[in-house]
Amino acid sequence: MRLINLSRNLALGLGLSLGVGLLMSGSALAADSATARHHPKEVEFEFEGPFGTYDRGALQRGYQVYKEVCAACHSLQYIAFRNLADKGGPEFSEAQARALAAAVRVPAEPNEQGETVDEKGVPLTRPAVLSDKLPAPYPNENAARANNGGSLPPDLSLMAKAREDGVRYVYSLLTGYDEKAPASFHVPAGKNYNPYFEGWAIGMPKPLNENGVTYSDGTKATVAQQAHDVVTFLAWTAEPKMEDRKRMGFGVLIFLVTLAGLLFAAYRKVWKDAH
Amino acid sequence: MSGPSTYNPKSGIEKWIDSRLPLPRLMHDTMSTFPTPRNLNIWYTFGGILTFCLAVQIVTGIVLAMHYVASANLAFGSVEAIMRDVNYGWLIRYVHANGASMFFLAVYIHMFRGLYYGSYKAPRELIWIIGVLIYLLMTATAFFGYVLPWGQMSFWGATVITNMFSAVPVVGQAIATWLWGDFAVGDATLNRFFSLHYLLPFIIAGVVGLHIWALHVPGNNNPLGIDVKSPQDTLPFHPYYTVKDAFYLVCFVILFAGFVFYEPDFFGNPDNYQPANPLVTPPEIVPEWYLLPFYAMLRSVPDKLLGVIVMAGAILTLVFIPWLDTSRVRSCRFRPLMKQFFWAFTVVCVILGYCGAQSVEATAFGIPLVWVARIATLYYFAYFWLIMPIVGLIETPKKLPASIAQSVLGDSAAKPAE
Repeated sequence: MRLINLSRNLALGLGLSLGVGLLMSGSALAADSATARHHPKEVEFEFEGPFGTYDRGALQRGYQVYKEVCAACHSLQYIAFRNLADKGGPEFSEAQARALAAAVRVPAEPNEQGETVDEKGVPLTRPAVLSDKLPAPYPNENAARANNGGSLPPDLSLMAKAREDGVRYVYSLLTGYDEKAPASFHVPAGKNYNPYFEGWAIGMPKPLNENGVTYSDGTKATVAQQAHDVVTFLAWTAEPKMEDRKRMGFGVLIFLVTLAGLLFAAYRKVWKDAH
Repeated sequence: MSGPSTYNPKSGIEKWIDSRLPLPRLMHDTMSTFPTPRNLNIWYTFGGILTFCLAVQIVTGIVLAMHYVASANLAFGSVEAIMRDVNYGWLIRYVHANGASMFFLAVYIHMFRGLYYGSYKAPRELIWIIGVLIYLLMTATAFFGYVLPWGQMSFWGATVITNMFSAVPVVGQAIATWLWGDFAVGDATLNRFFSLHYLLPFIIAGVVGLHIWALHVPGNNNPLGIDVKSPQDTLPFHPYYTVKDAFYLVCFVILFAGFVFYEPDFFGNPDNYQPANPLVTPPEIVPEWYLLPFYAMLRSVPDKLLGVIVMAGAILTLVFIPWLDTSRVRSCRFRPLMKQFFWAFTVVCVILGYCGAQSVEATAFGIPLVWVARIATLYYFAYFWLIMPIVGLIETPKKLPASIAQSVLGDSAAKPAE
């Protein structure tokens, strides 16, 4: 929440300028409990800044990481296969997106007999098509919790916007498993230590491993590389129109500044003799 | 001034219309020749900016309503569909969401300008009181609107605010249940909030009409706070103020566009990108920034009912300002003592907003913020109920200029009849 950060900084500046004291730090204001999550790591992404765009390679690799790693537990309910071919997104060709869809099976519609299960009671499936949303790994919340020791793997579509400093938060979480828990902190059974997670004990086990995926473009699949790629991908799933937005914004601002200049000239001329 | 009309219909059609429905005459007299003090500064352009904001919110809101689904199960997804699948839906929604913040930014500047230059003083009391009513309607509309995306902060914000009504003795819980249409915030609540969110802006538009109507009777106040005495003190609204308002409006829109296109989630809370979940309370429930000062007041009072009374009182107090200010002089420019109290008041409002954004246990410089908020709340009320009446009586104002024209043009130009 940038506004809160800003107000914190403003108040800090105000406080200092009033000379009330120099003891306060930004973190002193937060309601620190012993296991408050650590500040996310300072990483930068290509898509940040007013002209930043998504790295297509990272988006495509990120989809691979999502599909081969995250999708085992996490849904991505607002993304359809057709989106993988969208401009401003991973920009797979339509044929590639079709193939990626066909590689995934989704629940089938009722067949001609009106059945959604076969003779043995197994649910019918069919290969996905472009218009299908990415299928969820579990049919419902209870199934998700039952398979994950009681924890609910959240949907990831909006994760990059649903946490403060979201992209760095997700990156830090994914790469934050190798730190040793302080001796005083007891990691509950079935949980994993991750200081970037509120409360430090996270249900998700370490998801990314060195060479856990094999990139077809030859990129070396370090943990940091995979995290970077999947975070880029999740930034896109959260904000799929970002490139459109920045591009249009640039044009709009140029127009507005020009208009303001013209109006200022008109304003000066009209008021020349009035004051 | 609502003096005699200067409209002079030229063509036959204009005469025909004017004798049946004098709408062109109204437009002419209020927007073209309307005599406006020649010394209005940048802070007087916010009335026009606010009209623009209202129009933007209504237009974008109507389009959003075409795609939005007011249902607890579907609302969040329908907003995401607007962001992803509706053509330029992301643009319309970001304009609407940031538009609310821009609207409040402008209205606060407009209100503080009114306070500083004494624009609420006779004969403009009703303009001010109608303005307070508009502000109240705006907060209600903004609150209803914030609930609609049905994210975590929408849901829990709605829960906290509606629960305030349960503080009313005896019938409180019944009132809350009646507001919800259920025994908790849910589908019924969302539907009625959507209905009201669509209705209120049109009521605001109507009341804005009254606000402007009331303004056109005595005419604008001005930074000197002295009355218009001769035609030399004024300029016709068009082209002088149309061009000035247009220039500052575009500057404002540049700021607006900066947020929409480059920091669209600046004013938002990340929790609202998580769907509403009645079973999970967010660690901190915070309202939108423009309500934070009042939220800080609410939390600074340990008793729930008293807290609600203090918060409501903070806004209701504004209604009485025209009679609480005992000064004969309008503008703080000539009130050396009041000017200082005014700026202290402005800082206090910012401090209150800051306190409202922090957690209840937070401290600054080792002082619990709840105590900072308490002292700030006391100052807020003292400013209106003690400082305004007392300072108005004991202060010696500076000498007022003889006329607006003299102040702007100097002595030579102010002589009558050029």
